[in-house]
Amino acid sequence: MAQKHQTPLLDELEKGPFPSFVKEMKRAAEHSEYAQDLLGQLELSYKEKVTHWKHGGIVGVRGYGAGVIGRYSDVPDKFPGVAHFHTVRVNQPAGFFYTTSALREICDIWDKYGSGLTNMHGSTGDIILLGTKTDNLEPIFAELSSRGWDLGGSGSAVRTPSCCVGPGRCEWACYDTLELTYQITQKYQDELHRPMFPYKFKFKMAGCAVDCIAAIARADMSIIGTWKDNIQIDQDEVRNYAQSGMDIQKEIVDMCPTGCMSWDGNELKINDEDCNRCMHCIAKMTKALRPGKERGATILLGSKAPIVTGALMSWVIVPFMKMEPPYEELFDLVDRIWEFWDEHGKNRERIGELIERLGFPTFLKEVGLDPHPAMVKEPRRDPFFFWSEEDIEK
Amino acid sequence: MSELPQRQTDIGPPHFSKFLPPVIKNNYGQWKYHEIKSPGVMVHVAESGDKIWTVRVASPRLLSTDTIRDICEIADKYCDGYLRFTTRHNVEFLLSDESKVDPLVNELKEKGYMIGGIGARISNVVHTQGWVHCHSAATDASGLVKAMMDELHEYFHTKELPAKVRLAVACCVNMCGAVHCSDIALVGVHKTPPRIEHEKVKNLCEIPSTVASCPTSAISPDPKNKSVKIKLEKCMYCGNCYSVCPAMPIADPKNDGVAIVVGGKVSNLRSNPMFSKLAVPWLPNNPPRWPEVTDAVKKILDAYIDGAKKHERLGEWIERIGWEKFFKITGLEFRLQHIDDFTFARETWRMAATFKW
Repeated sequence: MAQKHQTPLLDELEKGPFPSFVKEMKRAAEHSEYAQDLLGQLELSYKEKVTHWKHGGIVGVRGYGAGVIGRYSDVPDKFPGVAHFHTVRVNQPAGFFYTTSALREICDIWDKYGSGLTNMHGSTGDIILLGTKTDNLEPIFAELSSRGWDLGGSGSAVRTPSCCVGPGRCEWACYDTLELTYQITQKYQDELHRPMFPYKFKFKMAGCAVDCIAAIARADMSIIGTWKDNIQIDQDEVRNYAQSGMDIQKEIVDMCPTGCMSWDGNELKINDEDCNRCMHCIAKMTKALRPGKERGATILLGSKAPIVTGALMSWVIVPFMKMEPPYEELFDLVDRIWEFWDEHGKNRERIGELIERLGFPTFLKEVGLDPHPAMVKEPRRDPFFFWSEEDIEK
Repeated sequence: MSELPQRQTDIGPPHFSKFLPPVIKNNYGQWKYHEIKSPGVMVHVAESGDKIWTVRVASPRLLSTDTIRDICEIADKYCDGYLRFTTRHNVEFLLSDESKVDPLVNELKEKGYMIGGIGARISNVVHTQGWVHCHSAATDASGLVKAMMDELHEYFHTKELPAKVRLAVACCVNMCGAVHCSDIALVGVHKTPPRIEHEKVKNLCEIPSTVASCPTSAISPDPKNKSVKIKLEKCMYCGNCYSVCPAMPIADPKNDGVAIVVGGKVSNLRSNPMFSKLAVPWLPNNPPRWPEVTDAVKKILDAYIDGAKKHERLGEWIERIGWEKFFKITGLEFRLQHIDDFTFARETWRMAATFKW
């Protein structure tokens, strides 16, 4: 198919060493009318320095309120191929593992019904199928779901949970992030497909405090692996690192945030009681040090991007929980948190913002969690605190 | 149209175990350690002695099905049909046979794939849709990523940095990519308030939720027009009202631009996770290559490379030298916009007499 629109500005971005998204769009445009007009419209945006997408509309597949993002061009006469250009979010397998046959299956469906363009993956974790018409949504869903795929979350729903590579290929995974991601996704299918919350709710599972999935920054519930006992040390391997040129004093001991380590040139000593499990030493000496054996996770709550009242990072609500199937303690906690959110949350208020508004102590009391020093950086500075009836002498 | 297969609902994604290569199935949760062999190759060794090699290549995130099929062909040839993606949009080829690693690397190089992104380097850039597919974009995301990485690509495939540097691009302050904890992030920003299209507000918008959407209470009802009004001096151009009410467009081609925030991290290594902070409040949207933006990013990165200690992330380096010194050595202008007057402002003012000249 010959290129329909001239794209001198975008052509510039075909040049240069880094992989080019324009090349991808042009490849798709060889067999897709959608991609042809997408190139044309994007060139217009580059020329005019403004987006040409209208506000989304409500589109979807029968019985679901989530999984499809409506998108319409504001210049459909010029670019009829993208007059409708909806996104289909497909729930990725945990850990982003694939076989080539599975990927080809999705490509075949998408070439038949959509633009041939994807995002591998969207920020939340879904496979993003980028651009199709309203009439194609039901056929796409039938083709996908009959082959074992389902849609992801959107709107005021549970968003598609995602996780790091975990025990699949990482020695630091303190719990099975992939299995927990799968189990959470299955448990909350209804909440994922049918928006019923004040706003979105994201789960991210990180196997350790390195947090490769950025759980602490972008999940309402961030489940971060940790341990309670001692770091496992192989002193022979420590000495090997020293012999092969690592300055253990400077790179490991001096960079430890708690000062809980010492090195006498022969043995690395760790006072585990003072360790805060930041992972620095373990990450730099992968052969010599490993997380302890009594493993589980810290549960943190509340992170979100700046809209509306400023960005939040998740903070500790449960210092340690064992993370083993059937995960009843966790699911029970999630139910109590959602109940609190349902009861008090305003429209478009994330759980973190709600807790800020009503107070962390109120949240702990209503959800039934005991206060613990691990939940705060420091106690309050002001003298303005509440008491309950039972604290008062009558 | 041929008859469609029977749809199913609420089945969730396929279980990941269907897609794990045998070496992972056999050693699941039993990995012992890993070693980085080169900027794009690492090996993980299991308790059993089994090994898995990973070869990582960059992708532009926006992929055609044609390119996915190409990648599949390579994975069939060298990896028995197994591969994965990373959270930062890289492709990872997974091999259990060491003898296939070099031939795979050679073929990837021949075909023009960029191998790298592992270790103390720049990995791929997390980013949003931009003008490619979003209604609220104040800039393009894919274009900024491409322009920036064309300048910085050596730090992906060859050169080492003091520590890893995580880059991100968000095309508006909604920050779908959650860029607010990145070493260096670009954010599309507006500089002018939304315009109210009164006739459309009546039909398209719910007045109470539009009023409630404003974080600075700049919006109030305008019953006479069955619409809303804005106190212009209170608006800080976040665009949240536009998300709720399509009749309040905020895009402004002359004034929309790019801010740069720096010094964030999500890992807990050494220091606690940190938010990114404002380095440059506004640079012009200058597609297709945004030279003002890429110049500023290079300036920040060069100063970091010059000043940071080994293993020190960009934010840790700035904390050590102080922000006043950061502005001095980068030559970036410190402006009124850098001083916080929003939710967490008070915590950011200097309540000490100690600072550097």
